Amino acid sequence: MSSKHAVAEPERRGLLHDQKKRRILGDVLSYVLLSVLAIIWLIPVVWVFLESFNKNTKPYPKTFFPTEFTFDNYVKLFTDTTVLNFPKMFTTTFIVACFTCAISVVFVLSVAFCMSRMRFRTRRTFMNIVLILGMFPSIMAVTAIYFILKAMNLTNGNVTIIALILVYSAGTGAGFYVMKGFMDTIPTSLDEAAMIDGCTRFQVFYKIIIPICKPMIVYQAITGFLIPWLDFVMAKVICRTQSNYTVALGLWLMLQKEYVQNFYARFAAAAVVISIPIAIMFIVMQRFYQESMSGSVKG
Amino acid sequence: MTAATLSPREMKRRRKMGADYVPPSPYTVKAALTEGDIFTKLSAVIFGLGNIVRKQYVKGIAFLVAEIAFFVFLFTNGIGYLAKLPTLGTQKQGKVLVDGYWVYTEGDRSVVILLYGVCTIVLILLFLLLWRLSIKTAYKAECLAKENGSAPTIKDDWKTLLDAKAHQLLMFLPTLGILVFTVLPLIFMISMAFTSYDHRNLVLFHWVGLENFKQLFSSDVSNTVSASMFLQVLVWTLVWAFFATFLNFFLGLFLAMVINRKTTKFKNFWRSIFSMSIAVPQFVSLLVMRSMLQPNGAINQLLMQWGWIDSPLPFLTNATWARITVIIVNLWVGIPYTIMQVTGILQNIPVDQYEAAKLDGANWWQIFTKITMPYIIFVLTPYLITTFTGNVNNFNVIYLLTGGAPTPVGASAGKTDLLITWLYKLTVDKSDYNLGAVIGIMTFIVLAVVSLITYRNSGSYKNEEAFR
Repeated sequence: MSSKHAVAEPERRGLLHDQKKRRILGDVLSYVLLSVLAIIWLIPVVWVFLESFNKNTKPYPKTFFPTEFTFDNYVKLFTDTTVLNFPKMFTTTFIVACFTCAISVVFVLSVAFCMSRMRFRTRRTFMNIVLILGMFPSIMAVTAIYFILKAMNLTNGNVTIIALILVYSAGTGAGFYVMKGFMDTIPTSLDEAAMIDGCTRFQVFYKIIIPICKPMIVYQAITGFLIPWLDFVMAKVICRTQSNYTVALGLWLMLQKEYVQNFYARFAAAAVVISIPIAIMFIVMQRFYQESMSGSVKG
Repeated sequence: MTAATLSPREMKRRRKMGADYVPPSPYTVKAALTEGDIFTKLSAVIFGLGNIVRKQYVKGIAFLVAEIAFFVFLFTNGIGYLAKLPTLGTQKQGKVLVDGYWVYTEGDRSVVILLYGVCTIVLILLFLLLWRLSIKTAYKAECLAKENGSAPTIKDDWKTLLDAKAHQLLMFLPTLGILVFTVLPLIFMISMAFTSYDHRNLVLFHWVGLENFKQLFSSDVSNTVSASMFLQVLVWTLVWAFFATFLNFFLGLFLAMVINRKTTKFKNFWRSIFSMSIAVPQFVSLLVMRSMLQPNGAINQLLMQWGWIDSPLPFLTNATWARITVIIVNLWVGIPYTIMQVTGILQNIPVDQYEAAKLDGANWWQIFTKITMPYIIFVLTPYLITTFTGNVNNFNVIYLLTGGAPTPVGASAGKTDLLITWLYKLTVDKSDYNLGAVIGIMTFIVLAVVSLITYRNSGSYKNEEAFR
């Protein structure tokens, strides 16, 4: 930046005006900053990982990192199902997640396509209503949703799983904004060409728009898949009995007063177990997300 | 239909929407009732008659079945639900002595009455839509039959549904989902704000008008909610949302730029370190943080081991400490997301702008304020607004970290409670549904004001087709 001036005026070559020294100083400072922050960001993650192998299962250990290690916590997590049935929670959550994922992708794609490509009279109204609905705090409706599910007879026994799927996926159509923004960048000339060749709108949708949207679909699928793993409020209101708990609720329960004495290390183990699939999904998602950010049609 | 016959309202709409304008359907209810033949007019009473006469049997019968089903529902249950709605039930649960045993007779349950009442009203509204649709399709069938000799068959209808009217097919299920699981609960909950449904009246309650809103704005501090408490929570919510949004944004931007410096090596390594914390589910990391920040938690243990402090620091037990702690923990949670968002945008800024600025002798600060910032602000305004509203409604961080604590004795809201966690506590923990609903409505008003002002002025709303 200042190199041209520096050459022209050699007498001003102080520490901060010498480009090379200045750059080295900047490098050192930024590496120090990044390293310190990286440690801060990694400590809790590393701590959970190490704690999951802790031989001492009591909460609030004397030392920051555990001293003795064992694999017991993982074994117990999957075999000792008398108090908390973690494998069952895991399967419940997994099934709910698969359905939510599929339904949310279909819903978001259809709504986004209509909003981006079709022109009909209620289009603007629909977008504004969705915008307004989004401003109501989501937690407000939680109890009401419980009463509605109860009226539908979906809150007892094994059907809770259907209730969970319904609750997580029914409203996903409202989250069409990102997908619509992506579809808006696809040139309309593509649709027009296809329609001249005799495609119906529906064919345009699944033969042209959907293939182009692939990166965003992956993003949407993963977001949908993650909802049940991360949600905690909805599940707590809907699953009243422990046999229907999802993973998030189980983890929360492990830290309650009655359980924490025996389950502290197992909590960490469970956290690691559910973090692994989420981490993998996340890495995949990030790649597709960046790809889709660079625009829909290249060249 | 030509422009000359359009109503003034339509003309205004047409001017406002420009290329987006869709002309109204010529088959209106008014036209049908004035110009339609006898079958079309009768379709207003017997749904689907017009369609059946024009050989659209499936469509016509579907209309008729829907109408009959509605009336059967209305006369068997609907009227009963509606009749109870004004009082929300009066009969208490009773018990009678039968053969020496107490037998409980079922009393009215106001929640159920309210829910069914609301559902019935929604169904009646849907029925009115069906009525409109029935008349319109009958008239359309009549007109098309006159023009073409026969009305479109079910096959033709299906073809239009796949082509020009694909939106009706595609939008049906998503809209239904939103209606049942978003709109209906909201109407139900909003109506609760006007009742006396609290922990004292769990079975029977009644309409109280604006009483609950009055309580929220009353100065009587002995109530569950009062103006001073509401103000305290509201101010803290706004302060929290402001700091959580802008500290996250600027610090995240700063970090992203440090990583993005030309001479910083291992860019991907640094980025992945910061995004590792996103991969751990938020509630797990928050629960871990909470247990680490307890008075006898890991961090205090460590600090005491090193001899830096003698007694545990009150991270989550002192009001001011707790408030600062949640903001800082939120930085830990939020900055990686900002880095992710900003990095892509930073890389998209056209390089030639930077080169031109350098040639003109701009220093890094000028480049930052004149090129980088305007670009990022332009792209990220909608994102910032959503983050702000998201933070106003940020339930997880507060509830899992502090649970609103520290809470003064007897108060319903703690010092770190946001409107949303207060709402949750009032409804789920305390069963004061009416007050929870009132707070939900107030949150909505706050958010609506903030976002309407900013969102409607943002570029991406005004000009959605700018990048096509």
